Amino acid sequence: MAKGKSIEHIIDKSWCKGCGICVHFCPKQVLELNSDEKAVAARPEDCIGCKLCELRCPDLAIQIIVKEGE
Amino acid sequence: MSDTEFDVKKYIRAQFFPQMWCPGCGHGTVMGALLRAIHDLGLDNNDVSVISGIGCSSRISGYLDFNTAHTMHGRALPTATGVKLANPNLKVIVPFGDGDSTAIGGNHFIHACRRNIDITAIVMNNRIYGMTGGQYSPMSGCGVKASTAPYGVPDRSFDLMELAKGAGATFVARTTVYHAKEAQNTIKKAIEHKGFSVVEILSMCPTQFGRKNKAGEAPQMMEWYKDNTVPMGSKKLADNPDLIQRGVFVDEVAPEYCETYQENVIDKVMKKG
Amino acid sequence: MTQNIQFIPGSDACIEGALYAGCDFFAGYPITPSSEVAEGLAAALPKRGGKFIQMEDEIASMACIIGAALAGKKVMTATSGPGFSLKQEGIGYACMTETPCVIANIQRGGPSTGNPTHVAQGDTMQARWGSHGDHSIIAMTASNLQDVFKITVEAFNLAEQYRTPVILMFDEATQHLREKVVIPEPGEIEVIDRIRTKIPVGEQYYPYLTDANGQRPMSDFGAGHRFHVTGLHHNIMGFPDVSPANVDALIHHLVDKIENKANELARYKEYYMDDADYVIVAYGTTTRSAIQAAEDYRNQLGIKVGVLELQTVWPFAGDIVREKCANAKAVIVAEMNMGQIVNEVKRVVAQPEKVFFSNRVDNQIIKPSDIKAALRMITGKGV
Repeated sequence: MAKGKSIEHIIDKSWCKGCGICVHFCPKQVLELNSDEKAVAARPEDCIGCKLCELRCPDLAIQIIVKEGE
Repeated sequence: MSDTEFDVKKYIRAQFFPQMWCPGCGHGTVMGALLRAIHDLGLDNNDVSVISGIGCSSRISGYLDFNTAHTMHGRALPTATGVKLANPNLKVIVPFGDGDSTAIGGNHFIHACRRNIDITAIVMNNRIYGMTGGQYSPMSGCGVKASTAPYGVPDRSFDLMELAKGAGATFVARTTVYHAKEAQNTIKKAIEHKGFSVVEILSMCPTQFGRKNKAGEAPQMMEWYKDNTVPMGSKKLADNPDLIQRGVFVDEVAPEYCETYQENVIDKVMKKG
Repeated sequence: MTQNIQFIPGSDACIEGALYAGCDFFAGYPITPSSEVAEGLAAALPKRGGKFIQMEDEIASMACIIGAALAGKKVMTATSGPGFSLKQEGIGYACMTETPCVIANIQRGGPSTGNPTHVAQGDTMQARWGSHGDHSIIAMTASNLQDVFKITVEAFNLAEQYRTPVILMFDEATQHLREKVVIPEPGEIEVIDRIRTKIPVGEQYYPYLTDANGQRPMSDFGAGHRFHVTGLHHNIMGFPDVSPANVDALIHHLVDKIENKANELARYKEYYMDDADYVIVAYGTTTRSAIQAAEDYRNQLGIKVGVLELQTVWPFAGDIVREKCANAKAVIVAEMNMGQIVNEVKRVVAQPEKVFFSNRVDNQIIKPSDIKAALRMITGKGV
């Protein structure tokens, strides 16, 4: 995880349809589809908070909350 | 301009989610970009009206918590013209599909451009009629496979941007759902623009277009937008003129229809008494 | 106070009626013989802050007035012939979304381009059934220009009150006729505005919820209630809902709200009907010749002929027609088509075999002599 940042991944599993766009384009391979074909943050510590997944998610299922640390 | 965090739930009718579009349909990404643009502009939900036509993309209006109308196939723009002229204070946005805007509503599209009425048209171009089962649209392009073009579309390819420019739209831009941030910013500029603005957003249809044309799943189709589009004027165009240009092709100031009607017609005749 | 008396064509009577009723938005497309309505409103509306727009086609002008109505305006378009066919898509949408609007169809000869400059009444059934799917509609007409004015005001009132398109079925002859019209003072004829919701902004508003008074109060786009409209089958919230029970309720509502009020909606006039042995049922221009025929038979032969003029064509005033024709030895329906209202009359009267038909479809007005020819056949006596 980038220094001084806390990043929260909120993924609404009931909205996610498992298209895999977020997984495919994540520059740090943070996301995966689980056995239910739902997106999950498997390696949240690698997230740089670019929010590309949130911006591209067609299901509006992803919210990335980036808080600048102390 | 808004200084609060974007919360999608402020702008949608969350009770209807998950939305109805197929997994990986680009229209949801367009919806996200539109809502972020509206958020960036700090618009009040009550001041926004979204008027759509018929088709997959046009189902967007039902999901958005604004003054919304899901109208008739091809008739979104004339309906929106009525809304805007009746209440020019509303920000009127027309998100619709390529078939809706260029085929059955093609005449309305030309005349909305020509009038330069302050409406933002967002063409969610997936190059196919998705809802009816994958028939070809004017935007499909020559050679593309569709349920009504099993041997490839015989029609010549068609450039909506050229039509918008030629018909007199004063803001004309193209982007893709791969370029989601660019789409957000382009829509924002289009809404801010006084006059008729057209934003074409290439948006994948994995179910109909993708399968018939062996274009892969949604992520691969998004990759295609990355690989086959370039910013306007890019040097890459010299090597490969088939690349699709993105960017704002037209952004000019011209008299807006509602203002002209108010100033040149109503105000004048009322002054005469 | 001096009366506002004008000697004007039918198009102007229609325009004056629209303005009196508070029309503040018109979208249209040129077509003969309705263009004068558009021309007149293009001049008149901006003088009072209203708006006129000439759209790119008939379909667009219909869509445009629906949009303006959603934003709160009292709206109208005018058309004729093929234009009326093109408007049907939008008329269906307005029925489905319960959007008030007035469509003046100045009838001309058809089918297709037919005869743009001559009279006909061939669109009577199209007004009722022109748009696909089950729905109901209000359609009205008149035979003299004072009534053209009055019926136009009524059309706006009923559109707003019943949340429905109302079609004005005038024709080329009334449109181009000139007569004296007394424009009433404001307030002389009641003007009805749509009922708007009293739900405060911020609270849940249901655009299709029937209230205790049987009304479905409206809101305007921009007024703060943020509702949705769709041409899909929808629920009281305006959102798509294709569950059988919901669709059933919706279709019944769209039909019943008008058909169940047929008697209340019936506007009609009676001429010499008190003691009539023979009744001529007529509507629009045809009524004028029917009255003349009735007078000639009474004055010259002493045969008691009366005229029942239907001003509300749809919903068909079945109860009233049945009652008024109950004692008639014969009924003649006069219309300028191959038989449209005549079958409705046959459907409702006790003895359909006593219903006769007098028509013309040669671009010419039905003359008193045409109707008298039918009377001669029935009564055995002629004038």
